[in-house]
Formats: sequence, C-alpha cells, structure tokens
Amino acid sequence: MMEIGAFTFADVAVGEGVGPAQRIPELLEEIALADEVGLDVFGLGEHHRAGFAAPAPAVILAAAAARTSRIRLTSAVTVLGSDDPVRVFEQFTALDLVSRGRAEIMAGRGALPDSFRLFGHDMADYDALFDEKLRLLLTLREPEPVTFSGQFRPPLDNELVLPRPVQDRLPVWIGVGGSPNSVVRAASLGLPMALGTVGGTAGHFAPMAELYREATEHYGRPPQPLGVTLHGFVADTSQKAADIYFPADAALFNMIGAERGVPPLTPAAMAAKNGPGSMYAVGSPGQVIEKLLHQHEVLGHQRTMLQLAVGPVSHLDAMRAIELLGTEVAPVVRAEVARRESVEAVR
Amino acid sequence: MNTGAAVEVRSVGIIGAGKAGVAIAGRALAAGYRVHIAASGPTERTALVTRIVLPGALAVTAEELPGVSDVIFVCVPLRKWRTLPADLWTGRIVVDVMNYWPPADGILPEFETSERSSSEIVRDGWPASVRLVKTLNHIGYHDIEECARPAGAPDRVALGIAGDDRAAVVTVAGIVDAFGFDPVDVGALAAGAVLQPGRDLFGALLGGAAFQAALQDGRQRENLAECSAA
Repeated sequence: MMEIGAFTFADVAVGEGVGPAQRIPELLEEIALADEVGLDVFGLGEHHRAGFAAPAPAVILAAAAARTSRIRLTSAVTVLGSDDPVRVFEQFTALDLVSRGRAEIMAGRGALPDSFRLFGHDMADYDALFDEKLRLLLTLREPEPVTFSGQFRPPLDNELVLPRPVQDRLPVWIGVGGSPNSVVRAASLGLPMALGTVGGTAGHFAPMAELYREATEHYGRPPQPLGVTLHGFVADTSQKAADIYFPADAALFNMIGAERGVPPLTPAAMAAKNGPGSMYAVGSPGQVIEKLLHQHEVLGHQRTMLQLAVGPVSHLDAMRAIELLGTEVAPVVRAEVARRESVEAVR
Repeated sequence: MNTGAAVEVRSVGIIGAGKAGVAIAGRALAAGYRVHIAASGPTERTALVTRIVLPGALAVTAEELPGVSDVIFVCVPLRKWRTLPADLWTGRIVVDVMNYWPPADGILPEFETSERSSSEIVRDGWPASVRLVKTLNHIGYHDIEECARPAGAPDRVALGIAGDDRAAVVTVAGIVDAFGFDPVDVGALAAGAVLQPGRDLFGALLGGAAFQAALQDGRQRENLAECSAA
C-alpha cells in the first residue's frame, strides 16, 4: 500500500508578495482540491516567524476539514516539546470531531527555536521536553483516566480528558529528521514514523528505514507504517516544473540559511539536488512517478508526502501540481506498489 | 601552547550518534579505521543503531571511548559540551565538530557574550592537556558522505583545520585526507573562527586552491556543484 499526499508550512512572502491573509484562503482551496483528486493525506507544519503563515495548524486544518470528506489531515509537524500535550490532544480531538475521524498528529522535536522562546522553554531541555511530553500525549490517547507527573507541567491525578475523539486512538506519528536515536525511539514506542528528507539520496536514508523496521521488531512491536516526506513538484513538463520550483526552493533555503550563516544557493544548485536516485522529486508526471517508485524500491515505505508549495510558489502552480499528483502520479504509483507487494507476498 | 608528537591513528572514537556523528563514523569506516561510537541513551540502543547503520563500528560508553580510541571526534550539540567526560581525555587529540548556532540551538550566554571562537571557549573549559583540533564543523552531513573523493580528484573538497597543537593538527589532517578531503591548515584555534557559522568558509564546498585563496582574501566564492553520490 502506498498513500500519496502533500504538506506545506503555508509559506508567504517576506516583504512584497502574498501575505497570510491571502495565503491561508488559497491553502484551503489547495486542500479541497487535494481531497477532490483523491490524495490520501494533507499535512500542515507550524512555524512562528516571518515567511510562514500557519502558527496553529489544527485551526486551519479544521477549516479544511469542513470543506473535504475523505482526505486525512495531519500536522507536519506539531513541535511537541514547546507545546502542552493536553492542549495538543484537545485541539486534535476537536479536529477529529470536525473531520469525522480524519485527524492525525505528527509529533516532532522541531528544527527552530522560535516556539521554545515564545512559550518559555529552554532549548537546553530540548530532548527531555520531547520525551516527557510524548509520554503524556500517548497516555492521553488511551481510554482510561490519566495519572501523570513530570518535570515540565503540573501533575494530573486520575483525569479523563473529555470529549474523546471519533477515532479510538488519535493516530500519532513521529516525525524524524534522520537522527538514529529518534528512529529507535519511534520504533520502541510502536509508533508510525515519518522520515523527513531535504535532499540527499534514497540510498542515504535506506539504513534509517531498515533501522526503523529492525528496531520495531527488536522491541516486540507490530509493524507500523513508515512515511517519507520530501521536496517535490509536478508540472506538465519537466522544464516548467524546474522553472517554478528551483527558484522558489532556493528562496526558501536562503531565507532560513541567511540567519544561520549558510552561504546562499542558486536555483541551479537546487536543481542539482534533483538527480537520479535523489530524494527530490521535481518534474513531469512521468518523472515524478519514476522518482517515487525508485524511492519505494529503496525505502519500502507506505506513505509519501511532497512539500509542493515552498517559498514563493504561486497558488495556481500549486493547484496544478496537486491536480497532477492526484490524477496522474498517485494512481500509477499506488498500482505499482500494490503489484510489488503482491509479488512479495507469494514469494 | 600544547605541543605533542603526531600520533599514528588506527582507531577513531565518535561521541554523538546524530547526523554528523553517523556521517563521520561512516567515513572513518570507509577509510579503514577501527571505529567506536558512544551516544546518549542505553548502550544497547547504540548497539542496535550501530549494527544497522554503521556495520563494523562498535558501540561503547562515553567512559570506555578514550581507552579504545587514538583520536576522539566530538559530534554532540554544543549545548551539551559541559556534560561530556572530558576529564578522561587528558593528553588526547580531540576534534571539536560542534558549532555555536543560535538559530538552531537557542542562545548560549557564554558563547553569545564572548568575542572568542567557540573552540577556544571549549578548550578553556576542558583539561589543559586536551589537544583540541577544530574541523568538519563547516560541512553539512550530506556533504560529508557525498563529497568524499580520492586524493588528486579534480572535484575534491577542502576542509579547514585549526588547532594550537601543531602535531595534533598534522595528525587530524592525515585523518581528513583519509576521509576523502583536502586538509587546509587555517592556524590556531583562534583563527578557526573563519570556519564558524556566518563566516565565508562555513558551508563552502571549495577545492584546495580556492579554499586557500578565500582564506587569504576573505571573499566568498562560488561553491563547487552539489556533490553527487560518488
């Protein structure tokens, strides 16, 4: 089985260009279209800084839930270390109620310090915060009352958090960026994992996929789905896809890179990340199909999410990309993966 | 200024099994060194990681690492630097791969308020006999894996090395060369500030000559094209 979807941070212009008041209604159109063309999942990631328009993904996803009927709606990611697990659980319970059971949480450690600063957490506690809050979030999913004490929030004494979501257990995925310890943590907890990639080759990430499956078995957990997120874009021709995506991708990279003291990259340098065997998937429908199937061959994952709308990619281009991904790419990839799995099953 | 002899290196120790630690351990294995890796969390977990991600490397505790390593690479986030068992490293060549990177790690006051390079602050916080060398901090972990080339390859990437102990710098230069990069001596740890985030050589993928030239005139140069997996 292969689920195909998209995710975004609701990128907006810094200075001139599309602002949040225009971008968020556009994003709702994009999610509605993704549902219409049969994509399986749409993700929205929180950021708390210039350049991004989604500080509270559950709120925006709830608006999308009211306009869609089938697509699953997930955070990508919820920065759990700087949030309160009870609040996160309640927000995604609300999303689950609005969407009739289509809500998911992707919990990650987070790559930027903004939310830690805003909510008064110390980056020195980065790992401990995530560990404790994940433990509580997983406990809250269970139907029994919770008793909990930890270092970072007031204790809970025999509390049942109400209301309950539609799904028996709100799905919680762990988003990881390639740190082996995070992979083992996800596996040891028996949770599905989303492997976040920004460049590199499929071969580079193969050991992480293998580690995830081995560790899941090692800890006596039943197999869980593995997801992969990557930068990618679909247009009618490969030239068009390159002309749209690489300048936008460079703009995004350079905005984040500038304050990190990383030298700027040109669109041509971005294009070089899209070579054969890479984790980028930018091109015509045929090229993207080939890319996603190669990645599946190497990683054996069950869910693929493309970060289509990066930086200044325009709404119209994102809509076309979603349409092509849903109507031309996804059916072929799903069918070929199903064929591979049935061949595998009779071996 | 410390001075010791250059060391013959057969065994490389890595502290930290994050992205950088795994990438450096991978190069060390490819170069034929014996590799031991110590990471946070139970050794059993590190052993599981090592078996699958770095077959051939051995998982040990941070306390065991100095006993089995000729050179130790420190690949943890800088915010953890004071938690490491540096008192066990007296007289050892230790490579500082860490960076002070507030946009990613938050503010660390002792680094924020100092004019000195991050490696000098680390040097002064660890026992005086630790032979500290700075390198591999200014290249991305994907690039560590993908840019490695045999000596003499036209697209071989240079790495800057800084250290107060010249014999230790020579020793680490040999390791960098074995990893598949051109070592360029940038001087003492203080001079190693040119390798830090925000400086021109941070993230630069340049050949040896271009790296030397950038070091001389302080001007940014166009990177070599993205390294594709060799």
